[in-house]
Amino acid sequence: MAVELDVFVGNTTIMDEEVYQLWLDGYTVNDAVKVRMEGGVMDECEASADVLQSDTMDQYRTFQMCERLLHSPAKLANQLLFQIPPHRQAMLIERYYAFDDAFVREVLGKKLSKGTKKDLDDIGAKTGVTLKSCRRQFDNFKRVFKVVEELKGPLVENIRHHFLLSDKLARDYAAIVFFANNRFETGKRKLQYLTFQDFAFCAGQLINSWTVGALDNQVEDMDVDLDKEFLQELKELKILISDKDLLDQHKSLVCTALRGKTKAFNEMEANFKNLSRGLVNIAAKLTNTKDVRDFFIDLVEKFIEPCRSDRWTAGDMRLYLTHYTNSAHILDTFKHQVVWDRYMGVIKSCIFKMYHD
Amino acid sequence: MPGKLKAKIVAGRHLPVMDRASDLTDAFVEVKFGNTTFKTDVCPKSLNPQWNSEWFKFEVDDEDLQDEPLQITVLDHDTYSANDAIGKVYIDIDPLLYSEAASVISGWFPIYDTIHGIRGEINILVKVELFNDLNRFRQSSCGVKFFCTTAIPRCYRAAMVHGFVEELVVNEDPEYQWIDRIRTPRASNEARQRLISLMSGELQRKIGLKVLEMGGNAVVGYLQCFDLEGESGLVVRAIGTACTLDKLSSGSAPNTNTHIHPNTAPASNACNSPSKDGKESPLAHGCRSTHNSPVHSACSSQRLSQNFSVSVPTLIFTGMGSGGSAGKEAGPLKTLLRQQTQTALEQREFPFFTLTSFPAGFLVHVGGVVSARSVKLLDRIHNPALGNTRSYKLLDWNSVTADEPETRDAWWEEIRQEIKSHAKALGCHAVVGYSESTSICEEVCILSASGTAAILNPRYMREGCLDIGSTDHRFEEPSPPSCGFCHIPYDEFNMPFPAQLTYCYHCRRQKVPDVLFTTIDLPPEASVTGKGCLIQARLCRLKKKAQGEVNATAISNLLPFMEYELHTQLMNKLKLRSMNALFCLHIQISVGENMLLGLASATGVYLTALPAPGGIQIAGKTPGDLSNEHHILTIQKRINDTIAKNKELYQINPPELTEETVGSPIPEPRQRHRLLRSHSESSDELSELDLSHGKKDAFVLEIDDTDALEDIHSLLTDASPPTGFYSCNTEIMPGIFNWTSGVQMFTSVRVLRLSNANLTNQGLNKTFTDLCENLLKSFYFKLRSMIPCCLCHLKFTVAVPEEELIQVTVTAVAMTFDKDQSQEKLTEKPTTKGSTETEEQLQFPLELSTDLSTNMQTSNKISGTVSLLTPAAKLYQNQLIMVHSAGVPESTTVSPRAASVDYGSFADRCSTWLELLKMKAHTIRRGSVKTISSLDRSSPLPEGRSRSLRSNRSFGGSSVPVVKMTPVSFLPGTRIIKYLGIINMFFIRETTSLREEGGISGFLHSFIAEVFAMVRAHVAALGGNAVVSYSMKECVLMENPNKNQAQCLINVSGDAVICVRETDQEPPSVANIGQTCCSSADGAT
Repeated sequence: MAVELDVFVGNTTIMDEEVYQLWLDGYTVNDAVKVRMEGGVMDECEASADVLQSDTMDQYRTFQMCERLLHSPAKLANQLLFQIPPHRQAMLIERYYAFDDAFVREVLGKKLSKGTKKDLDDIGAKTGVTLKSCRRQFDNFKRVFKVVEELKGPLVENIRHHFLLSDKLARDYAAIVFFANNRFETGKRKLQYLTFQDFAFCAGQLINSWTVGALDNQVEDMDVDLDKEFLQELKELKILISDKDLLDQHKSLVCTALRGKTKAFNEMEANFKNLSRGLVNIAAKLTNTKDVRDFFIDLVEKFIEPCRSDRWTAGDMRLYLTHYTNSAHILDTFKHQVVWDRYMGVIKSCIFKMYHD
Repeated sequence: MPGKLKAKIVAGRHLPVMDRASDLTDAFVEVKFGNTTFKTDVCPKSLNPQWNSEWFKFEVDDEDLQDEPLQITVLDHDTYSANDAIGKVYIDIDPLLYSEAASVISGWFPIYDTIHGIRGEINILVKVELFNDLNRFRQSSCGVKFFCTTAIPRCYRAAMVHGFVEELVVNEDPEYQWIDRIRTPRASNEARQRLISLMSGELQRKIGLKVLEMGGNAVVGYLQCFDLEGESGLVVRAIGTACTLDKLSSGSAPNTNTHIHPNTAPASNACNSPSKDGKESPLAHGCRSTHNSPVHSACSSQRLSQNFSVSVPTLIFTGMGSGGSAGKEAGPLKTLLRQQTQTALEQREFPFFTLTSFPAGFLVHVGGVVSARSVKLLDRIHNPALGNTRSYKLLDWNSVTADEPETRDAWWEEIRQEIKSHAKALGCHAVVGYSESTSICEEVCILSASGTAAILNPRYMREGCLDIGSTDHRFEEPSPPSCGFCHIPYDEFNMPFPAQLTYCYHCRRQKVPDVLFTTIDLPPEASVTGKGCLIQARLCRLKKKAQGEVNATAISNLLPFMEYELHTQLMNKLKLRSMNALFCLHIQISVGENMLLGLASATGVYLTALPAPGGIQIAGKTPGDLSNEHHILTIQKRINDTIAKNKELYQINPPELTEETVGSPIPEPRQRHRLLRSHSESSDELSELDLSHGKKDAFVLEIDDTDALEDIHSLLTDASPPTGFYSCNTEIMPGIFNWTSGVQMFTSVRVLRLSNANLTNQGLNKTFTDLCENLLKSFYFKLRSMIPCCLCHLKFTVAVPEEELIQVTVTAVAMTFDKDQSQEKLTEKPTTKGSTETEEQLQFPLELSTDLSTNMQTSNKISGTVSLLTPAAKLYQNQLIMVHSAGVPESTTVSPRAASVDYGSFADRCSTWLELLKMKAHTIRRGSVKTISSLDRSSPLPEGRSRSLRSNRSFGGSSVPVVKMTPVSFLPGTRIIKYLGIINMFFIRETTSLREEGGISGFLHSFIAEVFAMVRAHVAALGGNAVVSYSMKECVLMENPNKNQAQCLINVSGDAVICVRETDQEPPSVANIGQTCCSSADGAT
């Protein structure tokens, strides 16, 4: 005696959010049933294991049928096959495009290519995310990347429109796309302490201030590519370290402002030239794609690590960078105020975000 | 040339990629009607083509308009090879042929392919211009309305109920023609779909003609079925009830759709409506024979030579136990009544009615269930038109001689005669709740018919007026409507079967049986104690495999035993639940190669008018045996406990009657009815336990063998639904009055493969019972978010598709209700009175706003006063508010988009009725003007979330109109303002890649979803927003996993309607409502 066929179809498509999550997480039907049993649904409505099994199968089938539509979420709203209330549609989409931070941290900045896809089982094993879920997440990144690649207009808006995602999720995807496009190195050991959200924040900063789109919002790839002209202009900042007078002047201005305000003053004073050289050199090298990729590693090596070894607090960091940035404006011979602000604005907020354990 | 059909192809979307090279499609469309075909231009390289074609015009006979579907084929243009078909859409244009129904069909239809399923959508516009044709000899019956609903449709009034109409047409099944061997499966499926569509159209037209002949204008309770007889052909048959319906202006609608309170229901003499108008319905028509097929003189000889026929003696039953008590005579009146009615009915060949619920006062008495079954051997339908060539072509119907459907006609006639005579034996002149069905296995066919014998009020048959208590006081009911129908129609001194009669517990004037079984819905005016519940009897019987007559004999020998056992089970289960009546009894017997399956479903209730049921007693064969004694005692205890538990569960607390008021002689000691297993008295030792069941005669079960033990176990294994759930197979649950608007219709199919080990009657019974019980458990689990809710109109269909397979198909609807008030009986129709339901709704949160502050102030004031009132007074207060606000000038500004304003969605989000009331007051003040609001606080969603969802919704293009579906004839909390026509669709789906589609379950799952989608699309295109009286009449599944193939046929039907929230004001003019609903879909539910 075996159940040969067992289906249940509602006029309004019935979907259980818990089962949906299990499906998204790549659980097999049997594993999902086990999880549900442990979760205690059985007590509701006097269900038995058979009932759970049958329900889970039904829902898995429904999700599989919906998956095709979820690949272009706009279709979900005007397809006729499933009658799904709008708030459920939104839930389906949002959850389908949600990702594990642990997973995304692994692929962030990597090329979204077949090669990377092949490594997914390793990533899965490392992060504890099932391979099925890894594939879904990876394919989502790739799909979003492909669609927005060819679109004009603001990146976040485009993602939100095309994939009907929430603002938060759209921003995260923008970060992923941005990182994938510029191939920022995030995998080095020194960067391991940074979370996806740290990077996503930095990506937001870069997108807002350093891309072509920061000036003109109708260019193609405006939010994906860094503003070449700006990167060129950054070379001019070198004067801050190459001109000895300027460097000393800058140092004395900063030190005057900082004196007595922090315990780490001595270290700051001692390290000023090194730190300033570090930041300005990063700026000057950004015309090379290779150095763009190493942007984050450079920030950590050249700035964050020295400060950390000197036991600066977050407050110290804030104080120092604020004065460091502002003092440059007082330098008479320094003419690149606009570029300096555009550069330091981003650097400042990135470092604030990245300066933790 | 009485009609011009116009079609326009607008656009397509989501088309499949047909050209792998370009990943695009060069689509064009063929529009075909009859033999005329038009084509659109090719829209190159697009998956979302815009054709915007001209209007294609077909000038056709109205006969064709009725028979033929409009056939739309989407193709991919290919320069070098044949064009590839993407898929088709068949549009039944019948709804456009009634003057008051839809005026245009417009919308997105799924493009359907029998191999690939839905492949994109196409936007089509269809119109019909009809010229009046007064030709008396016309073949068409345009304008006759059809309803699947088995009650007088909600916005109509029955001026006259003419009676039974039936028709059947036969043809060869394209699937079994020689050409099928050489054509593609797709071509074969399409031929079949088209043929059945044609046959349905023809059938409907022919029935329409009969209705016109009888002087009617509508068919209610239209039931169309297919018999796929395989080699011997395809039969499409239909039955219905011809009526003359008058459209009610919506102001008077409550007349028909209110649920009448048992105590205040107007009896036949309640009001003297002045509607004795001059409408003389053509009586001559009404009295004509309803059966137009020729007399079958040759039928008996034919039967002997070709067919094997066995009629099964039918069990008729209403009550059990033995009578013998003398009664007060209410005789003369009853006799007079009977005579009058009989004159009206007896001239008809078949005084049958497919209706299951009736206008108040229509049903006088109910006798009991009558049924007849007959086993037939199928033979190839003799079809001279096809001759020997056997080549396939769609038949020209006029050339088919009329005699080939005769064999089938004769079969049904036999059965109907039998039913009629059964009804007569019960002292009844009519059969209501009548239905017919078949079960076919190879060449054996079981024909079944069943109904409820009844006496009807003659007024509705003779006169053109169904108004309650119009003029005729001679037939004034001597009994109140809440119990009148329970009173026996037959002569108590000359009863057709032994029954135990008592005086009615309600009016004390007339006799009632102790148990009542019927196939109709519970009359709304009936007074019921507590709640009802679904009661099922399930049975499997093995039989030897055999061929031909031997097989037929074997089956017909088994049938009486099966019926007997099913009834015993039903009776036991009824008593176990302490109930005394069954409604909507439906017994299905399905035949397979090596077994018969029987499934009886009904809704049990406790009718206040009937005596309390006795308990169940267990008796041992050998009273001396002590160990046995103990065993019996434990079982007895379990049974008694179950009864007590059930009484509590279903809230059955009948008012205690003092002995003197009962007044009827208590029947002599212990009586056993004829279904009793043995003759031994129950042992006295049990009397102690028996006390709880009072003085009534207990139903004695004797344990003399394992068989009986098994029966008792099966009796006790039926699990009652979990807390918060009720279930019934009637339209609505007796005892629940305050439905809220949550509705979830579903279809579930399960197929079980039996292993050889189970092949004993006992094992099979258990397997089958478990299958049904598990299905119910699954439903409860899946729908748990809707609690408190009731599964209504549960319809189980069983089949034995292959030797070791059992297939159960269930369609039902879960409807939510308000638990807080469930104890109260409200005098008004159940409405949305604030809901606590939590389940998600297919309703777009309505946005309202504008001068909210002032409105809220007013409504606060109102709520202030109302909150002092008792719940019973709420309704009146509601009305007061409406009256009050009608005076506000704003409310007169009715926008044409009114239909899209959905107050119900507020109701869904309101947690209390007070809030609802506030909102009602608010919306009414605003009139029907669409307003925008920020009433988010009543939303169950957190504020932030709902806002973000709303912003998401603004993209994504046009969204799809929501169409609700329900097997019940109404949607709670709404009012049907228009019937748009019948939906009757037949689909075939086939696959040669079963594994890839997720196996047989995946295949069927997506097919059922596709069928729902196509029904919804058609309803939406007609301008409707709901399907009522929906049913899946056929779901035939065949699979061949070895070949990776499967095929499935589904037939669904229902009534497309427009319904509005009950609180809504008058909808905009009828002309534009279709478009309004359709275009502003996101506003309507």
